[in-house]
Amino acid sequence: MKKVGAFLATAILALCVLVPGGAMADTIKLGVAGPHSGDLAPYGIPTMRAAQLVVKEVNERGGVLGKQVELLIQDEQCDPNIATNVATRLVTDGAHVVLGHICSGATRAALGIYREAKIPVMSPSATNPPLTQSGEYPNFFRTIASDDMQAKLAVDYAIDKLGVKKVAVLHDRGDYGRGFAEFAKQRLDEKGVEVVMFEGITPGAMDYSSVVQRVRRENADSLIFGGYHPEASKLVTQLERRRVDAVFISDDGVKDDSFLNVAGTAAEGAYMTGPKDLSALPLNQAAVQSFRDAYGAEPGAFFQEGYAATQALLNAIEKAGSTDYDAVVNALRTQYVETPVGNIKFDEKGDAEGVGFSVFKVENGAFVEMQ
Amino acid sequence: MDIEYFLELFFSGLTRGSIYALIALGYTMVYGIIQLINFAHGEIYMIGAFVALIVAGVCTIYGLSGFAILVLAAAIAIIYAAAYGYTLEKIAYRPLRGSPRLSPLISAIGMSIFLQNYVLLAQTPDFLPFPRLIPSFAFMDPVAHIIGSPELVILITTLITMVLLTLLIKKSRVGKAMRATQQDLSMARLVGINVDRVISLTFVIGSVLAAIGGVLVASYIGQVNFYIGFLAGVKAFTAAVLGGIGSIPGAVLGGLIIGWSESFAAGYFSSDYEDVLTFVLLVVILIVRPAGILGKVRKQKV
Repeated sequence: MKKVGAFLATAILALCVLVPGGAMADTIKLGVAGPHSGDLAPYGIPTMRAAQLVVKEVNERGGVLGKQVELLIQDEQCDPNIATNVATRLVTDGAHVVLGHICSGATRAALGIYREAKIPVMSPSATNPPLTQSGEYPNFFRTIASDDMQAKLAVDYAIDKLGVKKVAVLHDRGDYGRGFAEFAKQRLDEKGVEVVMFEGITPGAMDYSSVVQRVRRENADSLIFGGYHPEASKLVTQLERRRVDAVFISDDGVKDDSFLNVAGTAAEGAYMTGPKDLSALPLNQAAVQSFRDAYGAEPGAFFQEGYAATQALLNAIEKAGSTDYDAVVNALRTQYVETPVGNIKFDEKGDAEGVGFSVFKVENGAFVEMQ
Repeated sequence: MDIEYFLELFFSGLTRGSIYALIALGYTMVYGIIQLINFAHGEIYMIGAFVALIVAGVCTIYGLSGFAILVLAAAIAIIYAAAYGYTLEKIAYRPLRGSPRLSPLISAIGMSIFLQNYVLLAQTPDFLPFPRLIPSFAFMDPVAHIIGSPELVILITTLITMVLLTLLIKKSRVGKAMRATQQDLSMARLVGINVDRVISLTFVIGSVLAAIGGVLVASYIGQVNFYIGFLAGVKAFTAAVLGGIGSIPGAVLGGLIIGWSESFAAGYFSSDYEDVLTFVLLVVILIVRPAGILGKVRKQKV
């Protein structure tokens, strides 16, 4: 498969080189950059194929703005050094928009070059929060949830749907849990909701009764926890024991069957975020099916996100009526597009709204997706 | 409200501390007699909890009620843990008696790793739910936020265990032999005490205490995993050192001090500081009293 991918890439590259300068003005050029060889190729190739599938379909329908879409595919092996070279190359080749890069590090390295050249870039997979949030790269968008989206989603749900007023935030001091807790606190502060506690607990400690008593004393109406299920089940058990009726809200690390088994009845009514179940979306099924038809295999990592990103970019050009940078960026931020990851548009910073995670609630010993 | 909050933290610290004390007793008794830090002691505690889980599972199938299961599970866990403790000493420490002090220490670390991985492979790497065997007493309901039924059962059980242990050591013949061995091993041997038997017995008693702790904790927090012995062991060992390793009242005092310091630190400052405060306390006490609070400095005979 890899060889086929490499062959295709080479073939298309060769085509690009062969196309004479004069013909270039008549096509919409979509750059595709990512690892198509090396260790991380499995993360890049599905996106490249997604782009090929979407472009083939679009071109058969007559293209975008009456022009055919042309792919400029570049392999950067997730290496930041190669990524900058690839970015320069794509700029020189006149790419109008770029799909990529795949790894957060390579994406960051390349983004400055695209920014100078005023090219909108959309990654299907780079989850590092500062890429969008630092505000440094107004030309950057992504169709995958950033690492802090979970926290944002959990907090917004807690405020809007559960009406929490006083929140205790705990974490397990690990990278993942602490990150979640910090983003949650940030969001709570932004929304002006009182955070009565922000503390790390020792993972594996014998019990957390003193912390739970603090939660009770601070009169917190909810407890947001960043971490994994062993500590979460101890916490909910203690909450129940100590008759503390704070709502327990947590992350994907807790959405595990072990949590249900170990915490038992104490888990009832707990909320947690987790990856959205997309398989029921008709567009998602169609995209996966088109891949199966073309390659006779399952798509692989970030295929749906790559598919969605390609559609979003082409849709934005269509809606903008030109490949002008400001118009395209504006369209990305204002126009909804139907994709395999849902009906999306992008926020100010470039993150896709409504992508990635859902809130789940434990009801009768099972996780139930909340609307 | 504030007195109430203080009491909540007090009892939560007391509960935790009494479990630490139960485990610390095993460390301190063994150290008192053969000057060995038995690093595998935390694993005995974990094995006790696992055996109780298995027994409880079987009993539930046969439809026994909560408290009966707890007693039966605890009894079988105690027997198993005692057997493990006895065998541990036979296999890992007795052949090394008389060799440099570092050798049995390394052997102890090895046994700790072995037992952890043995349970990991023989059972599971996952967290398992432990049934809540301690019933909720209705009369405890109004004060459940201060001290619940499980805490009450833990406190009463540890109290009884410690009284029995004190009686055993102070009043019985075996206890006398243990004290004699602790004072001077070779002299005890000279006056006809079967020192090997006394050492084995010390391991057995220590393991029984650890198993009781394991069963109580598991039914209190409701989960069991092959790794729970490690952190509990570290804390209990700290408690033993704090109270003066080798001293039995010292281990109890050390356990309670650590339990309270953790509980109050988490309750009044932040749980970020519970470990910091505990270990700062340890350092300060060891600077002032290098042998621990109740430890005796043994004069080196030249």
